[in-house]
Amino acid sequence: MKPEESATTGADLLVKALIDEEVEVVFGYPGGAVLPIYDSLFKQNRLRHILVRHEQAAVHAAEGYARSTGKVGVVLVTSGPGATNAVTGLTDALMDSIPIVCLTGQVPTHLIGNDAFQEADTTGITRPCTKHNYLVKAVGDLARTVHEAFYVARSGRPGPVVIDLPKDVLMNKHDYVAPKKPVQHKSYRPQVKPEARKVEEAIELIAGAKRPIFYAGGGIVNAGPKASKLLTQFVHMTGYPITNTLMGLGTFPASDKQFLGMLGMHGTYEANLAMYHCDVMINIGARFDDRITGKLAEFSPKSKKIHVDIDPSSINKNVRIDLPIVGDAGHVLEEMIRVWKARQPKVDHKALKAWWAEIDKWRARNCLAYKQDKETIKPQYALERLYHHIKDRDHYITTEVGQHQMWAAQFLKFEQPNRWMTSGGLGTMGYGFPAAMGVQIAHPDALVIDVAGEASIMMNIQELSTVAQYRLPVKIFILNNQYMGMVRQWQELLHGGRYSESYMESLPDFVKLAEAFGAVGLRCQDPAKLDDTIKQMIDIKQPVVVDVLVDKTENCFPMIPSGAAHYDMLLGPDDRAAKPVSEEGMVLV
Amino acid sequence: MSTPETSSHTISVLVDNEPGILARVVGLFSGRGYNIESLTVAETDARENLSRITIVTAGTPMVIEQIKAQLDRLVPVHKVRDLTVEGPHIERELALVKVKGTGDKRVEALRLADVFRAKVIDAKTDSFVFEVTGTSDKVRTFVGLMEGLGLVELGRTGIVAMSRGGDAL
Ligand SMILES: Cc1cc2nc3c(=O)[nH]c(=O)nc-3n(C[C@H](O)[C@H](O)[C@H](O)COP(=O)(O)OP(=O)(O)OC[C@H]3O[C@@H](n4cnc5c(N)ncnc54)[C@H](O)[C@@H]3O)c2cc1C
Ligand SMILES: Cc1ncc(C[n+]2csc(CCOP(=O)(O)OP(=O)(O)O)c2C)c(N)n1
Ligand SMILES: [Mg+2]
Repeated sequence: MKPEESATTGADLLVKALIDEEVEVVFGYPGGAVLPIYDSLFKQNRLRHILVRHEQAAVHAAEGYARSTGKVGVVLVTSGPGATNAVTGLTDALMDSIPIVCLTGQVPTHLIGNDAFQEADTTGITRPCTKHNYLVKAVGDLARTVHEAFYVARSGRPGPVVIDLPKDVLMNKHDYVAPKKPVQHKSYRPQVKPEARKVEEAIELIAGAKRPIFYAGGGIVNAGPKASKLLTQFVHMTGYPITNTLMGLGTFPASDKQFLGMLGMHGTYEANLAMYHCDVMINIGARFDDRITGKLAEFSPKSKKIHVDIDPSSINKNVRIDLPIVGDAGHVLEEMIRVWKARQPKVDHKALKAWWAEIDKWRARNCLAYKQDKETIKPQYALERLYHHIKDRDHYITTEVGQHQMWAAQFLKFEQPNRWMTSGGLGTMGYGFPAAMGVQIAHPDALVIDVAGEASIMMNIQELSTVAQYRLPVKIFILNNQYMGMVRQWQELLHGGRYSESYMESLPDFVKLAEAFGAVGLRCQDPAKLDDTIKQMIDIKQPVVVDVLVDKTENCFPMIPSGAAHYDMLLGPDDRAAKPVSEEGMVLV
Repeated sequence: MSTPETSSHTISVLVDNEPGILARVVGLFSGRGYNIESLTVAETDARENLSRITIVTAGTPMVIEQIKAQLDRLVPVHKVRDLTVEGPHIERELALVKVKGTGDKRVEALRLADVFRAKVIDAKTDSFVFEVTGTSDKVRTFVGLMEGLGLVELGRTGIVAMSRGGDAL
């Protein structure tokens, strides 16, 4: 062997560094700028590469992989269009705090800035949609940068990190030395342990509450499965009610009697009213998103608010907090439990009993009720039946964006974290199917279902080819209402029923479409046949697309219209005339 | 509800001197709709490869708190200090002021420059370039006076600031 052949190329070195980070799968799509990496991948068999059909899907697949495993998801795309196609996925991961490392090809360093072929200012474009990004200018910096990127992606509040890799850097040679101890960033050290004094203050406030509520979010998922166990333990110790955000579903068992369901715009009546009337709110790992608060001035006006968050910028962003606690949800909960046990505080059982009685009255409104008839399948019914058939199986759910997403959040029950992947912050149509692929890669034997709308699924339908290639038995459960239902609902309620461009003309025949890609297609229109169709879908060990034709004009309730307060909830179709939406509310999204 | 008062804050930020860091900071301000009244940046520690950014911004107390938290969560940011709330501090700005004219106006410009302890760093028979240093107020006042005396060009550095006493950032 000639001496220059013994040194490692940047691309080989990159692959070694990924293996040292315990990466198992890379979701990607090749192109000129990353050919050296594809060459290195070809020569090894430790890293598995999944070839998607669009770079956006690569990022969503990595998100699904990451969210369902707690690991960092890895993406590999080429320069220029490869990188720009990944931008939506990166933004999605940033909004939902998903750890991703995305490797992008770049033109060689000497051509940067020359408008070279397939050049894009990738670090410039992705600066606002990543937690951090790097342009590697010398092969000697490559390995350290990769290890640091993984550290940044997974530490503190997780997020996407881009490493832009000029082609010459990938081809130049340099020795690889595996890091002896885990690489950190030289100054980035998020605070994970809370101040002891703050935890004690919190326990005092919590123990003295008369109308308390826990409000737990995606931060608990980010903190790892143990945090959900601790949350459940602590909530049980107190006997207090708890609600979850869309992102937090599964962090507390949905079947538990202390669970009030999801809160927010399409949350339950009991959860939202409990938030409005509470005297102590314990927010752990949730960010007071506008889908939760509604009209800020009237958001939970009578409560003292505790907020546990690892990111200080989430605290006091839009809601004034009385007791901020910076730290990792798991660590904080551990401390809370310890202090609670040590103090054995006497809670006000009488007040608590009255509070639960009030909550039970709200619960009795049965806000998720709907009427199923013999003719058309109600989307809610389809999901109830789906849940019935999957609940005793090892299953994972992803969704697209729209009404079906909200119904899935309301009607499927999540007993554990990491089982529910949905695009919350960005609300990206086209997220669910590729995310489901990523989940299935991580959990080959589990039942993975994308609850979809017929409009959303069209946004990444090309991935049917990917699931066919890798024989991923992902199920796509389309609630086909022939409308961009969520858009139609807003047009009905806010724009005088002028259904501008929200009807889905010229939909494909989803059964034939599935078949064309080598998947199985099923269709169901008759409520009486729904159970059989679902059973069939589960039994087929291949990718299946199920086209469930549902009521076209069903609306998703409860609904707090944009800019309204929690007590201004629309509970059903008869509710709407009474409450016109304010002009202030109309400008909100 | 009454809207809380907006006030001006001087914030010092210690950052890794790496490509894109200024874009990160400026992008944060434009992306989130915060004001920048003044911004200065230069390397201050070559060995540790650190730069110091001084930003003057305005906002309600809640917005100022957000700005600091947002700056602090940028990965290459080491430290964020709000000099306005953390006790007494000093602010200085430097300006180069070019004044063109002859006769009385020229004499008056030179006399005022002396009062403001501005240095003459370039002189021609019909022009001066003054260098004036001080608080932004002082610089503004001086520039205001020169406007009537033939001001033709102005360059200002923006503010650099530091806390009083022995404590370092
Ligand atoms: C059509 C549509 C409708 C929606 N309607 C609703 C609705 O009705 N109800 C609803 O809840 N949502 C709804 N959403 C989702 C909503 O937009 C937000 O995405 C969601 O509410 C945010 O969830 P979260 O507050 O749990 O925060 P996340 O986005 O999950 O953020 C997590 C928070 O936890 C913190 N954190 C991260 N890691 C840790 C850790 N280790 N320890 C402690 N803290 C940590 C982060 O800093 C952050 O502040 C809707 C979305 C769409 C698309
Ligand atoms: C990429 C993208 N474009 C547009 C939107 C706005 N949007 C939100 S929901 C929705 C309609 C979704 O329709 P469908 O997938 O059929 O779901 P449904 O509401 O009918 O259940 C649209 C267009 C979005 N969220 N994402
Ligand atoms: Mg639809």
